[in-house]
Amino acid sequence: MSIFINKNSRVIVQGMTGSEGTKHTRRMLAAGTVIVGGVTPGKGGQVVDIDGHHQIRVFNTVAEAVAATQADTSVVFVPPKFAKMAVIDAIDAALPLVVVITEGIPVHDTAAFFAYAQSKGTTRIIGPNCPGVITPGECNVGIIPADITGTGPIGLVSKSGTLTYQMMFELRDIGFTTAVGIGGDPIIGTTHIDCLRAFQDDPDTEAIVMIGEIGGDAEERAAAFIRGYVTKPVVGYIAGFTAPEGKTMGHAGAIVSGSSGTAQGKKDALEAAGVQVGQTPSETARLMRAILKR
Amino acid sequence: MDLFEYQARDLFEKHGVPVLAGAVATTPQEAEVAARAIGGKVVVKAQVKVGGRGKAGGVKLAENPEDARDKAAAILGMDIKGHIVGKVMIAQAAPIESEYYLAILLDRSNRTFLVMASVAGGMDIEQVAHETPERLTKVAVNSNDGISQAAALKIIQDAQFPVDIAEQVASTLILIWNLFTSEDATLVEINPLVKTSYGRIIALDGKVTLDDNAGFRHPDHEALIDHSATNALEAEAKEKGLNYVKLDGQVGVIGNGAGLVMSTLDVVAYAGEKFGGVKPANFLDIGGGASAQVMADGLSIILGDKDVKSVFVNVFGGITSCDAVATGIVQALAILGDKATKPIVVRLDGNNVIEGRRILNEAAHPLVQQLDTMDGAAARAAELAAK
Repeated sequence: MSIFINKNSRVIVQGMTGSEGTKHTRRMLAAGTVIVGGVTPGKGGQVVDIDGHHQIRVFNTVAEAVAATQADTSVVFVPPKFAKMAVIDAIDAALPLVVVITEGIPVHDTAAFFAYAQSKGTTRIIGPNCPGVITPGECNVGIIPADITGTGPIGLVSKSGTLTYQMMFELRDIGFTTAVGIGGDPIIGTTHIDCLRAFQDDPDTEAIVMIGEIGGDAEERAAAFIRGYVTKPVVGYIAGFTAPEGKTMGHAGAIVSGSSGTAQGKKDALEAAGVQVGQTPSETARLMRAILKR
Repeated sequence: MDLFEYQARDLFEKHGVPVLAGAVATTPQEAEVAARAIGGKVVVKAQVKVGGRGKAGGVKLAENPEDARDKAAAILGMDIKGHIVGKVMIAQAAPIESEYYLAILLDRSNRTFLVMASVAGGMDIEQVAHETPERLTKVAVNSNDGISQAAALKIIQDAQFPVDIAEQVASTLILIWNLFTSEDATLVEINPLVKTSYGRIIALDGKVTLDDNAGFRHPDHEALIDHSATNALEAEAKEKGLNYVKLDGQVGVIGNGAGLVMSTLDVVAYAGEKFGGVKPANFLDIGGGASAQVMADGLSIILGDKDVKSVFVNVFGGITSCDAVATGIVQALAILGDKATKPIVVRLDGNNVIEGRRILNEAAHPLVQQLDTMDGAAARAAELAAK
């Protein structure tokens, strides 16, 4: 088992004809992902050839792609300027899962497509500005390297891409059910809480690693949720203890403003909810090993 | 990007939000000219992006243009909480009867926009929210619905604004919503919104934050960037397209991915506790494709920081392959030549790490040493910086 994606997921790539889209289509295919189509408005009818092994049809709209391929998942590599239209196209086609990799989308655009998805109630959005989701050995939707580790009992949710990779690497001998990079933007479609709930409900996930960073109050909210809902062990890691106030650290959402959004506040909230929080990624991995006795 | 008050005033004016006459000045002479053009009494206000300037003496009333010049001379150059005043705004003075608060902002927690309105104007709104939450009305606004005149009026009535000004304030709310959406703002705040003794509603002071990601829709926002406030190294990094933030420590840090770099800063600071409190000197994220040129640009900025005593390159190869990073480091050191003088600790892991480590071993540059783990490398970099 896994969350959000598995070996039966049928994936389309929005922006497949662009250079990033083509590059990552190749990588996702190599990881075993079933990619059934591409979408680029105006390029419908073209075929993208991946190394002579895969010939993938391109459609003008997500609805056309779904009608022809029974796709249930989309991954978006469309540039920021056109990302809003692409996501709305996917929501209009009632696609169950849309993973938005694109970095640099204006927050008003994200707010608009997130509110639209909420009003329709048929599409889960992951991201934007995220590395995507991987269920090792089955399906990879996004840009997470597929060869770091294999399947195992740990569920992972993280705002940060490279910290996701680092943590998968630290625990590579144990493996993961699913790893979800939810993204570091101020508005994201899927939160820590959504993933914690899904991992709690997934019978194969035995323990959860949650990676957060400064800014906002998502980790504090996650702590409250864990207290009320999650019975599986959770270990946490928070990046940005030494970040100064008022400076944005890379991610648009990673900023300490006044007393809110600090790493210490998040750590305290998680510990109060019974989550063991590591001081470094390697210490966090050790805490997980102790829990799983591995 | 946070705007100065005078820039916020200009945006308010552009969108029809009622403001008083105002102009920016960088010298006492300019202040005098501006005061003369406005006429009558004026207020000279320090332009700093930090609260508490009034208490610090950064806002003064001037009786006439000569007085405005003298007041500007006193305020320009003042240090307000570490911000040196380089500009003042000369604003028309007005008889204030009462002060209110009105704002629209991005509400991250609820993933929507939020209107906040209060009759407790002119105060720190976080204090109002904390001490008298009943005096602050908060209403979520759906991005796709916007605010109708009727909805705006209801918000203002719920916030207990006086009946005689409710319509005017509701109209002002609609105007700042238009500003908020059409300018891609993440914060528009009027504090205080005042009623003058003539019964007019005026935005007396304002804060606006614009979304940097939306720059492609707003070529005019480019002119609002305040280059003077940027640290020289930060300015150079920005020119080269690097994501760099100057900090106050001694270990230069380069990594890939915002989260990993933030984590690296923490690990360096923890390691530094054993070496006399050594700290990270900067945040620098080279992002996904670390070409030799990007690595050279990054290294040259960090080595140009006189506070840096050692450098820690921490890369986990995801999409980026470690051999490209290693090649980048070798080529960067060749480009920099004698300018590279500080020890560089490198930790590579992930995609193609064996080849990456081999390239660095083979180059055997005297300044470069490799360690296997992030914690170990951080400790070595801290130790070298403490020497």
